[in-house]
Amino acid sequence: MADVSYRELSLNGLWKNNPAIVQLLGLCPLLAVTGSVVNAIGLGLATTVVLVCSNTAVSLIRNVVSDAVRLPAFVMIIAAAVTCIELLMQAYAYELYQILGIFLPLITTNCVILGRADGFASKHALAPAMYDGLIMGLGFGIVLVLLGGLRELAGTGALFASMDLLFGAGAAHWKVVLIPDYQNFLLAILPPGAFIFTGLIIAVKNLIDDRLKKRRDAQKTQTVKGAKRVRVTGTIS
Amino acid sequence: MGLLRITSPHAHGPQHTPRVMQKVLLATLPGIVVLTHFFGFGTVVNILWGSVVALLCETLALRLRGRSPGFYLRDCSALVTAFLLGIALPPYAPWWLVAVGIASAILLAKHLYGGLGYNPFNPAMAGYVILLISFPVQMTAWAPPRGAGDIPGLLQALQACFTPDAFDGSTMATPLDLLKQNDSLLLQELWAQSPQFGRWAGIGWEWANLAFLAGGLWLLQQRVFSWHAPLAMLASLSLLAGIFYDGGGSASGGSPLFHLLSGATMLGAFFIVTDPVTSAVSVRGRLIYGAMIGALVYIIRVRGNYPDAVAFAVLIMNFAAPFIDHYTQPRTYGHQRSEGRE
Repeated sequence: MADVSYRELSLNGLWKNNPAIVQLLGLCPLLAVTGSVVNAIGLGLATTVVLVCSNTAVSLIRNVVSDAVRLPAFVMIIAAAVTCIELLMQAYAYELYQILGIFLPLITTNCVILGRADGFASKHALAPAMYDGLIMGLGFGIVLVLLGGLRELAGTGALFASMDLLFGAGAAHWKVVLIPDYQNFLLAILPPGAFIFTGLIIAVKNLIDDRLKKRRDAQKTQTVKGAKRVRVTGTIS
Repeated sequence: MGLLRITSPHAHGPQHTPRVMQKVLLATLPGIVVLTHFFGFGTVVNILWGSVVALLCETLALRLRGRSPGFYLRDCSALVTAFLLGIALPPYAPWWLVAVGIASAILLAKHLYGGLGYNPFNPAMAGYVILLISFPVQMTAWAPPRGAGDIPGLLQALQACFTPDAFDGSTMATPLDLLKQNDSLLLQELWAQSPQFGRWAGIGWEWANLAFLAGGLWLLQQRVFSWHAPLAMLASLSLLAGIFYDGGGSASGGSPLFHLLSGATMLGAFFIVTDPVTSAVSVRGRLIYGAMIGALVYIIRVRGNYPDAVAFAVLIMNFAAPFIDHYTQPRTYGHQRSEGRE
């Protein structure tokens, strides 16, 4: 695994091997805090930063730690990164820190991060490892934000409520009320809604994959068609 | 002269799905008539509007799944879902409430799992629970019965459904709610104090339940389902209610007769517990399935926070039905007990 193509890495992280909807890792924060866009962005950013930091550090020490102690070492690195993020959030986005609550420290136990550290960063050089962390974090974050947006829209009829928690007081009026007089659809905001909407997102992803595959197959058969003559009498189409 | 040699059994045409579904629809009619008499046209409007939405959703789902809508629409299963949910919803519910409920029932609870025959949960009850969790205010507003309040006419019922903001209806706690909230009055005092109570249970409720019982007995006579699950459910409900009745004190859970004739007991026992797709299949399994639902209904009614318990009890036991079936599979005649078990 000497050289890796960055194109392949991006495709993997964002679509083909997306941590949230293909590997189904890190479902606990995915389901628990995606009640609104702002929560999703907050947690997505935090996870991405932790992923990049941990992948970087793991890649740097990959030739130093022995196989026997590699997992504890990786977990220590991840825990340190998470603690930094937690302190930063306390300092700069305290309200959001309070809303995300236990799910910030729980990033430590997010399988995506340990999975990438052990599965990718410990076998690759610094630059690809950092890039992989970034892309995997983005893939995870995009699904978080999509899910948060869907649930916020279905649940409250509005989008981008209380963005000032993350982006400062200027963002307080970013809230877009798409459906006025909306009766709050509580199911979408409650945990069962997270399961249902995650399932729907996965279904749509599989549907798109299916369509793409069919189109590719159709193109393949078209090129083959008529190349071989089996019958010599009658009309050949 | 042609001699037709026919040997026994002389079977009639089989009970195919459309026929069974039509019988179920027919059997709900007495209950609907009684509900309409006591609570006004709200239920009828719910059912009609619900049926329209159900047929649309069914067609849409079948199109998306690449099936021919004509064949599957004719089995009337979507209409049965619409009827059961329309009856269960409070009368004079706004149009969007009915639409969301029916859409969740047909699209989420039925077609996402593979359509009729593959759904693990009863669609009508799943739709009801989704609504109850999402819109508790609208779902717990039940209209007052005839004799305890004004009954809106058909026009007002339509108005309540399609322009809910302009409709100014009155609502009243159901007898089950009153009983649950009561913690200081003897049952006799409670009965005397609230106009909603009738002879045995609530005004309207008792007759509606008896009407659903009649419809259910007709279905039983038509052999649409067997007696095991409904009887087990009613028996276990009565048993628990009898044990905790305590003669009508302030902590009483209500008499067995009250529980049998309140809320959705009879509708549940004969129209929902007997759903062939989502219930247990074996005879012993049906007895266990029904009895557990009856017990859960009593527990949730008396100890829970929600107005009626049939929907929750049925969904919980739908989960358990495959498990029950696994352990109650009858032994084939002439075979020993299969190895590895017991």
